[in-house]
Amino acid sequence: MRRTTTLSAPSPVDGQGDEPTDPALQVHDVSVAFGGVRALDAVSLSVQAGQVTGLIGPNGAGKTTLFNVITGLQTPNAGRIVLRGRDITARTPVRRARMGMARTFQRLEVFGSLTALDNILAAAEFRRGWARDGSDPRRVADDILDRVGLREVAGERVDGLPTGLARLVELGRALATRPSLLLLDEPGSGLDGTESAALGELLVETSATGTAVLIVEHDVELVMRICSTVHVLDFGRLIASGAPSQVQRDPAVQAAYLGAEGGSTATGKGVT
Amino acid sequence: MYSITASGLVVTYATSGIFNFAHGALGMLGAFTYWQLTVAWHVPPLAALALVLLVVAPLLGAVVERVLIRRLYGTSLSVTLVVTVGLLLALIGVANLIWSPVTPRVLKPFFPNSLIHLPGVNVSAHQAIVVLVSLLVAVALRVFLARTRTGATMRAVVDDPGLVALTGTSPARASQLSWALGSSLAALAGILLAPLVTLSILTLTLLVINGYAAAVVGRLRSLPLTAVGGLALGLAESYSTGYLGGDLPNLLRPALPMFLLFVAVVFLRDTRLRAGGRIVGWSPRAVGLGESVRWSSLLLVVALLAAALAPGGLVDFLSSTLAIGFVLLSLVLLSGYAGQVSLCQLTFVGVGAYVMAKVAPGGSAFGILVVVPVCALLGVAVAVPVLRLRGLYLALATLAFASGMDTIFFLNAFGTGGAISVPRLSLPGVDSNRGYLILLTLAFAAGAVGLLSLRRSRVGRRMSALNDSPAACVTLGVGVNRTKLGVFAGAAAMSGLGGVLLGGQEGLVSGNDFQMLNSLVLLLILTIGGASTVSGALLGAVLFSAFPIIAEHVSFLSQASLLLTGLGAVSIGRNPYGIVGEASRRFAAARQAGRGALASVVIRPSPLRDGVL
Repeated sequence: MRRTTTLSAPSPVDGQGDEPTDPALQVHDVSVAFGGVRALDAVSLSVQAGQVTGLIGPNGAGKTTLFNVITGLQTPNAGRIVLRGRDITARTPVRRARMGMARTFQRLEVFGSLTALDNILAAAEFRRGWARDGSDPRRVADDILDRVGLREVAGERVDGLPTGLARLVELGRALATRPSLLLLDEPGSGLDGTESAALGELLVETSATGTAVLIVEHDVELVMRICSTVHVLDFGRLIASGAPSQVQRDPAVQAAYLGAEGGSTATGKGVT
Repeated sequence: MYSITASGLVVTYATSGIFNFAHGALGMLGAFTYWQLTVAWHVPPLAALALVLLVVAPLLGAVVERVLIRRLYGTSLSVTLVVTVGLLLALIGVANLIWSPVTPRVLKPFFPNSLIHLPGVNVSAHQAIVVLVSLLVAVALRVFLARTRTGATMRAVVDDPGLVALTGTSPARASQLSWALGSSLAALAGILLAPLVTLSILTLTLLVINGYAAAVVGRLRSLPLTAVGGLALGLAESYSTGYLGGDLPNLLRPALPMFLLFVAVVFLRDTRLRAGGRIVGWSPRAVGLGESVRWSSLLLVVALLAAALAPGGLVDFLSSTLAIGFVLLSLVLLSGYAGQVSLCQLTFVGVGAYVMAKVAPGGSAFGILVVVPVCALLGVAVAVPVLRLRGLYLALATLAFASGMDTIFFLNAFGTGGAISVPRLSLPGVDSNRGYLILLTLAFAAGAVGLLSLRRSRVGRRMSALNDSPAACVTLGVGVNRTKLGVFAGAAAMSGLGGVLLGGQEGLVSGNDFQMLNSLVLLLILTIGGASTVSGALLGAVLFSAFPIIAEHVSFLSQASLLLTGLGAVSIGRNPYGIVGEASRRFAAARQAGRGALASVVIRPSPLRDGVL
């Protein structure tokens, strides 16, 4: 079986073979149309390794669609996806995952008939299957159970778990593939204040090991606290990018969230 | 002709979102009722026609909707599949009880002696009527759905039943109406079709089933496309008779509709064709190795005792049960674990038995070395074109394969009505019936322990993952195709092996034993037992082989095994997990409650919704 160079995250990014300055992920001018509706309109953004990056916007702004384009579940009408300097627009979702991309889903996609532990174990076994790195799936899964705090419910079938915990199972499953780019679609919904704080800590920790984390989240307080950079989508357009404090003050962003008129002109303020 | 039956199917599917596998049986019932009225009770044809099409058939459709279908809205696809297939068998069973299949019956064509002369061809008046009626039906349906208020409601129900309810219209009433209409159309097709063929319960049911191909061409929602599909099907049939001489077309022609169905399902690229749905919702926790070995040993002890002490009849019964049980294990693997629907499992069983009889007539165990790869390859050959299909479309494709194999292979390889003798494996100690029972027990026990170990293994987790969420698998770097192929190949090989065991038990097997309808019975019986459990397979096998024995003693039941199986399957609508599944679910729930409730919000897979007119 032919494989491209495996990226062995989560060890600190060594940049072997890549330009050290290449961002973990670059999205170039991506557009998606569903019938006549423009779900994404020439969106460009980048995600840096070792940081948590936020992607926010009102409902229907195109956040999940962008995730689908990045992971290859949705083919864009135009634009390119570049992972660590490599154009992957034409790659299948499976290939992208093997290049170090993992995600969670807003509408849950857990393995409901398996236990929480087996969900994570299955992912670790998948990873071992394609990376052939000799890792021990049982140990990987065991570590992750503690990291995401699912030890208590390890033996429970996931279709019997509350939504918040099931989201953590998805997060654990994604971590088990040891991704270099982690995409999280509303991981915090369904969690209470303490749990959400723990999640924030976990994400910061994960990014500190060199993983690039891109997170879609409605809990603005959480986003502002853990993200280094925030991108804002509205009606499929990128209306702002920058540091959290900067984005919060942006009039276009305030207009989009308050629903004021005439605020959503595209003014992509390129940071980075 | 095909367009009439297909448009009836499309109307019910488009409005209720449920594919009615029993459509063929409804058509057959309509034709038989018409025969009963005109021939047996001498009702004038026109009055009888009106009675059947406007009263009996719609009433039947409406009752079926009210009693069975209404509780199915929003349930998983597998449940609707099992219930409607169950209904199909139950209706055939009812027809068998009322109209004994031994008595020949003839339904005369309309205007039997008149020919219509068109340039070039002579068409019988009956054929002309068929064409005319199908055109009329197509136009009338189109106008009804597009222009009338009721039609609009029916289309609205497909999109959003909740919203329709908010406007003060009952969505249930609309879909009830569509079932009445569909049933009436099926009856019309049956009545028109019957004079062209013999009035036999099975033939007629299967012919109406051929219309499924036309419906799939119409993507189960477009009436004009369905009409085109029906036309193409009819034309293809007559051209194959007209232009291809010799025996070959006669051999292939009956398989043509099923071939078209297969091709249509495989090649129609439409996102809606990806309609999914898990096969059976509850899969109990895998049993540990120790426990499965203990149960298997217990089974073996029972078998040893039986072999030593039981009368010959009981030994035979147990042997048949275990052989069927082994075949059912292959379905547990395919449907219960990996969630792939198959309506063609007996086809592999038949091929296995046939190959064994050909390559090792003496019963040499080396025959197995041929049977297993042949069946596995056949499994792969079926699986490759259908890899991207799930749920309903996978069911239809496998149905088409089974039905095609019936007409092409089983009817000819075994000779019409003929039987071949399948040797018993000649291993030391199995030359007697009692010895063979021990062998079958060992095979079943090994299969069961093997399956349960597989389920707990890496491969088992991968199958569950694939079944639960293909999307997640893909984003975790694992393609679904190889796993699916492997499962299909494995299950086919197991079925083939089951064919060797079963053939050896029965001695003589005929092509009829492996017909598509029997495959349906097999799947239903497993679902009744509990599709995702080994014990469900054993229970199903007991039921399956108990029928003929009970029937011997209770004469009423001699025709009723189909009916009972069908009714059992229909009950799946109330209890989708099967007997074993329900029992273990209750047990698990009780245990859960004992430890204090954990789940406040329970995640459920969203119900399948697709199909727009």
